[in-house]
This record gives sequence, C-alpha cells and structure tokens, in this order.
Amino acid sequence: MRPASPTRPRRVSLATREALWALAFLAIPLAFFLFIRIWPAFQALWLSLFNWHADPGQRVFVGSLHYQEMLQDPRLGQALRNTVLYTLLGVPTQLVLGLLVALLLNAITRWRDVFRAIYFAPYVTPAAAVAWVFSWMLSPNFGIVNEILGWLGLPAQPFLTSPTQALATVTLVVVWQNLGFQVVLFLAGLQNIPRDYYEAARIDGASSWQLFRHITLPLLNPVMVFSAVIGTIGFLQLFTQVVNLNFNDQGGPLGSTMTLALYIYQQAFLRLNLGYAAAITVLLFVLILVITLLQLRLLSRRVEY
Amino acid sequence: MKHLVTFSIYALLVLGSVVMFFPFVWMLLTSLKPFPEIFDLRFWPQAPTLENYREVLFKTQFPRWFFNSLVVALLTTLSVLFFDALVGYTLAKLRFPGRNFVFVLILSTLMVPTEMLVIPWYVMSTAYGWTDTYWGLLFPGLISAFGVFLMRQFFQTLPTDLLDAGRIDGLSEFGVFWRVALPLVRPALAALGIFTFLGNWNAFLWPLVVVQSPQMRTIPVGVALFSGEAGTAWNLIMAASSLAVLPVLLVFLFFQRQIIEGVVLTGVKG
Repeated sequence: MRPASPTRPRRVSLATREALWALAFLAIPLAFFLFIRIWPAFQALWLSLFNWHADPGQRVFVGSLHYQEMLQDPRLGQALRNTVLYTLLGVPTQLVLGLLVALLLNAITRWRDVFRAIYFAPYVTPAAAVAWVFSWMLSPNFGIVNEILGWLGLPAQPFLTSPTQALATVTLVVVWQNLGFQVVLFLAGLQNIPRDYYEAARIDGASSWQLFRHITLPLLNPVMVFSAVIGTIGFLQLFTQVVNLNFNDQGGPLGSTMTLALYIYQQAFLRLNLGYAAAITVLLFVLILVITLLQLRLLSRRVEY
Repeated sequence: MKHLVTFSIYALLVLGSVVMFFPFVWMLLTSLKPFPEIFDLRFWPQAPTLENYREVLFKTQFPRWFFNSLVVALLTTLSVLFFDALVGYTLAKLRFPGRNFVFVLILSTLMVPTEMLVIPWYVMSTAYGWTDTYWGLLFPGLISAFGVFLMRQFFQTLPTDLLDAGRIDGLSEFGVFWRVALPLVRPALAALGIFTFLGNWNAFLWPLVVVQSPQMRTIPVGVALFSGEAGTAWNLIMAASSLAVLPVLLVFLFFQRQIIEGVVLTGVKG
C-alpha cells in the first residue's frame, strides 16, 4: 500500500469524499434495515399466500385463501372486535386520567417530582411480571381488591374470570401501567405554555374554565395527538398483559380478552399456521396504518397564538 | 377557600399514588409470606420469610435469566446508541445523493408492527439455527428507526461551523462525528440508551418466540412460564415477580429525574 499522495484531495472532489464517507457510515445500518426490517415485511405478505410447511419445498401456494378464511373465522372476528374495544376504552381513559393528574401536578409546588415519580414508576416495570401481580390482586376469592371492596360494603366481583368484566379489567391494568407516560408528557406540555397567556386572559376577565378551554386545551393539542397515536398503536398490539393476566386460559374466559396480537401468536406458534397468521398480521398492519393516518388528520389542527 | 382547594389537590394526588404504588407493596408483602398465610389476607406477614426467594433463585434458573436479560439489553443498547447516532449524524450533517430517500426508507419501517415481522424472523431463525442463541434474541433490535429519527433531530441543531473546525484541525469524518458531534448530544444519547435498555429488559413477545430451552429465557419469559406452572403458590409467583420488578424499580428511583426528562426529550422532540 502506498501512502496517499498529496495531490489526492484534488482528484477526489470534496463532494465525492463526503458521499463516500456517508456510504461507509450507512452500509451496515442499511443492510440491517433491508434484511431485518423491510424484506421480512414483504416476506410476511408472501408467506400469507402459502400453506406453511417447515420444508420450503412443500409450501403450497394458496393465493388469497387465507384472506377468505379470515372473513369466516368467528374467533378472528371476536379478536378484532375486542382489539377495537380495548382501544376505544383504553385510549380515552388514559388520556383523560393523564391530563387530570398532570393538571393536578401542575397546580402544586411542593412534592411535584415525588408524585410524578410515583405515577411514572409502573411504566418502567416489566409488563409480564406486573400482570401476574394484578392477576393475584384480582383473584375472586383471595384477591386483596375484593377484600377492599368488602370493607367498603361493596359486593365481590369476578373480574378476570367473567366474560363480561375481563376485557375492562385488562384495560384498566394497561391504563394503570401507561398512565405515568401520559402524565409526564402532559405535564411537560402544560409547562411549555407561557404564563403570559393566562395572565393576559385573566386581565380580560376570563374564568378558569375559559382559560382551560381556550388556552390550555388548544395548546396541548400536539401532545394529545402524540399521546393518542402512541396509545392507540399500543392498544392495537396488546399482548403481554393479556397473556399473563389469564395465563392458563390466554385470551379467555370464552375468548373475551382475546386480541389480534395474541390470536396471531397462537395461530403462528401453537398451531403452526404461519401462513394464516401472516395474513392476519397484514390486517393488523393495515389497521394500524389507517387509524394512525386518520388520527393525525383529525387531531392535528395547528394552533398558533 | 384557597387552602381547601390545595388540600383537595394533595388529597387526590395521594389517593392516586396509593393506587399506583400499592400493587408493588402487595407483591412484596405476599412474597414474604409462607404459603398458608397468603390466603388469610392480613396486611403484614405474621411469620415473614425469605424462603420464597430462596426457592425461586435456587430451584429455577433465575440467575441465568437475569444474566441473559443483562447481556441482551446491554449489547442491544450499545449497538443502538452507536449505529443510531452514526446514521442520525450522517443524515443530518453529510450531503450525499439519495439522503432523503434513505431517511424516508428508514422511517417507513416504523409503520410495520412487530407482530408482522416476528413470523419471518422466526422462519429466518429456524433456517439459520439462531433459535436459543443470544444472537437470535438480539438481532431484531440492533438498530432502532425511532432512535435514528431522534438522533437526526438532535444533530440538526448542531452548528456546522463547529464540525468544520474539527475538519480543519485534521480530524477524519469519523473523528468529527466521534470526537466533536457525539459529545454534544449526550442528553439525547442518555435518553435513547435508557429507553432501549428498558424496552429490551421488559420485552416479551420475541424472546417468547425465539427461545425454547429454559436456560436461554429472559426474565419476563422466565417469570411468566415459572408462574404458569406454580399453580396457586402465589407466594412463589410474587417472589419471582419481585425479583423481576425490584431491580428495575430501584434503578428507576435512582435515576428518576434523568429517565423522566428523557421521556420529555423524546416525546417532545419525536
């Protein structure tokens, strides 16, 4: 190897040099995204057109068969309905509760950081383990929650063992875990609103409700959109809590807590219907895409003051 | 009147805090009770014992699961920090043809849900013999598209003059990145690092799919499968849960300010 000659920089232009560095920096990451993220997405589409077999030579092309099956699969219908229900119940609940706690925190001066930390703590803990804790607390006969309901003179509830209560119960556990994330975002959003706005409006005689309605809410809109989108994507992919809250009858009782993600997992890895499962992941992909785009459109009205 | 309002606010917040924190307390208390005691629902353990922990630690492969989680989370975090910063820097500060295309290409991968990729990853892992290996556990997370986006945002705020000064001092393009640009985005790196670590430490779906043998489980999968077999031995299940939750909770309490500021940083920027 001969050392680079002093004339070399003149032969390779500065722009080419920069492009070559960029290529060197991007080579490994681009390979990663192509082979681990992009190609598998297309492979999922491709697999959805085949009947799965461990030996690639014996995979039979079935075309749109899996997609037709999906239309007639009552358990998939139930999983889809549940998933939508989880989202419709969970996202507004965690938005409203998150905003409420953030407003309370914004109104106090002492202990704010301590409270914020307590509300945020569940968000960092492993969902699988936490779900087991709730599964114990919510146990119908020996759970502390029913014990506390008893002290308050309220009747014991079946919670996760009842087809009518299980979905709402799972939703509440997920909201409990996500709440701190919403609180932290909303609190940061509230603290970003300049105090002058409130002072100016107050001088003009605005009531507290008017301040909230016409200053706080519109200026929090970007944070709300972000939280709603993140929350929706999270609920549409709900899996870990559902599996662990009712581990011996995952998705039960009677399929009442079954989600798309769990159904995909069961079809793919318990029944080894990988082709059918892949077809359902395509549905999940489309669902997430459509809802995210819709939400961004509906909610992101820019507010300028 | 004003005092009453303030008092009500604090009262509400305390009540909420109890709801948020009680599950952890009840988990710990149950984990310290001998089996017959867990069903009489008294608050304090009458005969507190560490026997449950001893049983989980020595009769399962919990120490190994802890080690596995640590290896996977640490290696993934290091890889994400290095590559995401490098790509973010390249997309923010270097000019080259196709820059926007590359950026959009990487961002577009964010739209694909993990569930859709898990099946091809599984097919890939069985074909290449990656199941039950550390590589199998960590390959899907080695670079994060969200992190690339985040780091790019931060690098864009750096003045180009500063980088040019480095170039004039004779640093190579990598030297400029490593010695000049990287130290200036430390807060973003800290936030990204913490979230990558936590995300991988707590991950459940992929480790459940790619691992078959008990000794390659990560903590969440290990604890879930152990609990599934423990029946009504809630004292053991709560001990296992405590072993999974407490380290994370301790780290959080220690670094809570940085972690929460990290959420704000990523949430507001991203």
